Amino acid sequence: MTPPILSVRDLVVEIPTRNALLRPVDRVSFDIAAGEILGVVGESGAGKSMTGNAVIGLLDRPAHIASGEIWLKDKRIDGLKGEGLRKVRGKGIGMVFQDPLTSLNPLLPIGEQISETILEHLPVSKSEAEARALAALEEVGIPAAKARMGSYPHEFSGGMRQRVVIALALCAEPDLVIADEPTTALDVSVQAQIIALLKRLCRDRGTAVMLVTHDMGVIAETADRVAVMYAGRLAELGPVRDVLTAASHPYTAGLMGSTPLASKGLARLNQIPGSMPRLGALPTGCAFHPRCPKTQEKCRVDPAPPMQGRAACWYPMTVEEIA
Amino acid sequence: MSALVQVRSLTRIFDVSKPWLNRVVERLPKAMLKAVSDVSLEIPERSVYALVGESGSGKSTIGKMVVGLLSPTEGAVEIAGIDLHRETDTAKVDGVRSDIQMIFQDPYASLNPRWKVRDIISEPVVARGGTADGLAERLLEQVGLAAVDAEKFPHEFSGGQRQRICIARALASEPKLIVCDEPTSALDVSVQAQVLNLMTDLKDDLGLTYLFISHDLTVVQHMADVIGVLYLGRLVEEAPREALFSNPQHPYTQMLFAAAPKLDGFGREVEPPKGEIPDPINPPSGCAYHPRCPLAVARCSAERPEMRDVAGSRVACHVAGEQAG
Repeated sequence: MTPPILSVRDLVVEIPTRNALLRPVDRVSFDIAAGEILGVVGESGAGKSMTGNAVIGLLDRPAHIASGEIWLKDKRIDGLKGEGLRKVRGKGIGMVFQDPLTSLNPLLPIGEQISETILEHLPVSKSEAEARALAALEEVGIPAAKARMGSYPHEFSGGMRQRVVIALALCAEPDLVIADEPTTALDVSVQAQIIALLKRLCRDRGTAVMLVTHDMGVIAETADRVAVMYAGRLAELGPVRDVLTAASHPYTAGLMGSTPLASKGLARLNQIPGSMPRLGALPTGCAFHPRCPKTQEKCRVDPAPPMQGRAACWYPMTVEEIA
Repeated sequence: MSALVQVRSLTRIFDVSKPWLNRVVERLPKAMLKAVSDVSLEIPERSVYALVGESGSGKSTIGKMVVGLLSPTEGAVEIAGIDLHRETDTAKVDGVRSDIQMIFQDPYASLNPRWKVRDIISEPVVARGGTADGLAERLLEQVGLAAVDAEKFPHEFSGGQRQRICIARALASEPKLIVCDEPTSALDVSVQAQVLNLMTDLKDDLGLTYLFISHDLTVVQHMADVIGVLYLGRLVEEAPREALFSNPQHPYTQMLFAAAPKLDGFGREVEPPKGEIPDPINPPSGCAYHPRCPLAVARCSAERPEMRDVAGSRVACHVAGEQAG
């Protein structure tokens, strides 16, 4: 087996506050292979964006990586600073954010933003960089790309802007792309365009993708494997079809049950009681136990176990319960 | 069933021109945005009518005109037979006003942070001179919160709980019609399920009518009896739920369904739809969807299609229904 592009081992992110030490990411481990799309799902506050930001070194103080390792190919990238971090961002890892307007510089034409990134990371001349920027814009499907090289971000629609951001993320040919809710701000028809684009580009180049989203439908159609996060911890990790159709962790099962589905029609949704706990007030034992239908005494006392099979749960769903 | 809400040829035009001086200096014409254009629909009592469409399709504008937050440029909204914008008898208008309530998308922006929950919930009653003894407590329990929560402030609640408070406030004046503008799109899936279940229960218990505005097709399919699909301010298709989801007639509806991600669509390769929503200030001629439509013929760019009945749906399309027959 080829070594994974990204390998995260026991990652812990901590935020010291006046009242308590918060752990938005708690002992999270996963790998992403070349050409693979890993979906990361969870509700707000689950720590999925925080994990992505930790990988690319975008944590805002006082949040910091407290322990664990992040390996990009054969290079350890947690703890990188200054010049080393600059090299990894862009060349090693590309990032696509949720809001395309705030991730582009409003004062620079888009052609310049892309060629600037290429010049920074690749040993090419200025004219070569401009040619590559044009090629990148054509590849993501900007109509009349040559004429629009000099356009500013505000002159594009939301979908077109997200295409520019994807071109920007991929222009330095990174090994890994982190896409943090890339289509949440977009309409359904444009979302389908962007997802198809992301899938095609990554398949053609063999780029590994970490796709952070809360939309189970997007995950089902896009990801190869899926990681479900709850209150900073990995609840379940496995091939997308298995996780979505036969969830092993009760939280995943509840999440799937509460998504309105075509086949269920008007039946009542299977709701999970309560809401995600705040980081400052995590329950003892397994963080999910107050909302879990399968809670036993052990869950109230002992923290959730490390991954066993697909799920980090003392009492994963049995075959009968899934059916 | 009688129609509680009658919307007739509703049109709303917004003036989005630049300031007067800019227009003179830059020699620009006035820019008019037709947010809603000639929309007619009926909502029977005790039913759920859903409006779906992408951003800029005019669904929120229609919702605001139905509750009376905006006045129509042309056409009329009649609630229980009374046109709120033209009726001169204030007693009648007052009577209807308390029958309409609204739930907004963002429960963080729609609750006054300086008011206690008790005051927020009882305001619709107190404002009309009613007494609100124990009302807030009763409603809080009805929406699944505790009576003691009446003494708290909005910031002490999570997003889902806040949306429950919004629902309690909407119920305070015992309305018949509640306009819900994307009530769950700011919520997580597990919380969304709780709120949708609550809304369904309340509808059954209290005999409410909902105008449900959403962009999420799965939510609409779960909630609605009749669905209207909007594109660029026009109603392009209207059909009962089963008919719409099993057999969409308008090419735009078909495109929306194909593009929406599906939970069982593992590895599905979507043929991405072409183009984007056009500029609403200069909409395409004829049928607004024709530049993106796979079925478009010459007539589509010249002539605006009228609503007609096709296989149990109302469809505004020249071509729909013909390719099958």
